[in-house]
Amino acid sequence: MRRRLRALALVLGVGCAGLALWSAAAGGQQPPPARPGADPGLAERGRALYARSCAICHGEDLRGVRGRGPSLVGAGAASVDFYVSTGRMPMSDPTAEPERADAQYPRRDIDALVAYVGSFGGPPVPRVDAGAGDVARGKESFTENCAGCHQVMGKGGIVVGAQVPAISDVPAGQIGEAVRIGPYLMPEFDERRLPAAELNDIAAYARYTAAPANRGGWGIGNLGPVPEGLVTWLLAAVALLGIVRLLGERTR
Amino acid sequence: MRAGRLAFLVGAARGLLRREPPPDAAYAEDAVDPREYDATPHPRAEVGVAALLALGGLLCAAFAVLVVAHPDTQLLGATLAAGLGCVGAALALASKRVVPQEVHVEEREPVPPQVDEALAAEARAGGEGISRRRVIAGAAGLAGCGLLGALAVPITALGPNLDGAPDRTPWRRGRYLVDPDGERLRAADIAIGSFHNVLPEGDPRALEELGAPVVLVRVDPRSLDLPPERRTWAPEGILAFSQICTHAGCAVTLFRYPVSEETSKPPALVCPCHYSTFDVRRAAKPVFGPAVRALPQLPLAVDGQGFLVAGGPLSGSVGPSWLDVRQSEGGA
Repeated sequence: MRRRLRALALVLGVGCAGLALWSAAAGGQQPPPARPGADPGLAERGRALYARSCAICHGEDLRGVRGRGPSLVGAGAASVDFYVSTGRMPMSDPTAEPERADAQYPRRDIDALVAYVGSFGGPPVPRVDAGAGDVARGKESFTENCAGCHQVMGKGGIVVGAQVPAISDVPAGQIGEAVRIGPYLMPEFDERRLPAAELNDIAAYARYTAAPANRGGWGIGNLGPVPEGLVTWLLAAVALLGIVRLLGERTR
Repeated sequence: MRAGRLAFLVGAARGLLRREPPPDAAYAEDAVDPREYDATPHPRAEVGVAALLALGGLLCAAFAVLVVAHPDTQLLGATLAAGLGCVGAALALASKRVVPQEVHVEEREPVPPQVDEALAAEARAGGEGISRRRVIAGAAGLAGCGLLGALAVPITALGPNLDGAPDRTPWRRGRYLVDPDGERLRAADIAIGSFHNVLPEGDPRALEELGAPVVLVRVDPRSLDLPPERRTWAPEGILAFSQICTHAGCAVTLFRYPVSEETSKPPALVCPCHYSTFDVRRAAKPVFGPAVRALPQLPLAVDGQGFLVAGGPLSGSVGPSWLDVRQSEGGA
């Protein structure tokens, strides 16, 4: 599956590059230069990368292409870093659901794209420190704000008509970005709704769910009462039946 | 592993279902049943029972000590289970090996002929008052009535005892919207694509009401598609709806908001219980799931200082759609 995706991405990348070359040769538009404030060298490299891989869907001028991709003006550094570093972008089919994958660019290319698109405004990459968070408070906050879709143990699932990703193994920084930007169908949570300290708590709890302390001994996938009930019925009830059979008396 | 478990299940089921063979002629009166009396001593079994009982007692005592000294869930479970298991095993072993095995048949004394006659007379006399048939029929009737009553009375519990709650709401024109910390909300602070749990400002007792909690969302005002009479209810694209789902009364806590609607799905409020989905831009019309009635909408206004304030009560009855509630809701 991953190999196929990679192949698709490669084909698409080559296609995009070809199109970009073609449009450049035909005197097509170049993406606008980065706004002042960004690291000029980095943003300039980001501009070239953008023209090659992103402009086909998000537009040469970053204002989006109808039916393909939304405007990136004001999307912000947090969005670019989230989508590209989680491998959700670039996407082979703009109507598909973005799914987590290996990042398709090395870190320095991602930084260049972040610098370039980030110079057009929008939320910066938030600082999140799971180490500074409190797991207990994080669980409360997670239950209230996140568990409706991501499930209380962060396993994800299929809710609101989309795949909800598991968050246990997601780095704290990406969790913070997702919270602030609201990727795909997720709503965004601003500072007022979730202050930075609460975000740290949530990140701490998310990290905890990767290896939770199973007080009962066996987590059974930490999926909740249904598998627990099944185990009770299939193991304990069968064992009891066996004991009843052993104890019972039979003539002959 | 699975096949093994299956085979065990099948074996157990067959063992349970197997019929005992009918007692054959060997059990006739003068034949000797080898199991009639067996008091063979089993000294090893006796020692075993004593050992199991002692071990069980120790484990249970260990459980008690652990509760106080080191309440580790696994250790507690293990000691109690092992302790009870030992006692159970001791009882099973004792009943099989230690207690004398005996099949005892209680003989009935033959009834002398004259007593027989007296009994028959008594039985005939007894039947004259109330016939046995009538007694049984009466008792059966009584049992039937009781049974019917037991079945029928709980029916009264089907249906909510809401006491008018669906139509009671603390929302009034001019009442401020506050977040769960009691702070007023500024319209400018509500980002497009965000959602907020909101309560009416003031009397904390009113917050217990079904009609109090409201969910606030903001969408692009140009994309709104509200009925004409509600055009002014959503200033700057900010919408407020009752948080109680119209299907089963859960709290609607999920909000889906697309980054790019063209390539994904439209914004909607979703109930986490049965995934009823409400299109917020069309006044929370249900578009998926079991709910049939729109979430009641709260008309909003912005005061002179930019705070959000209610423009009136909720637009309809709050909560699950019981018969009368469903009918009293006009447009939805």
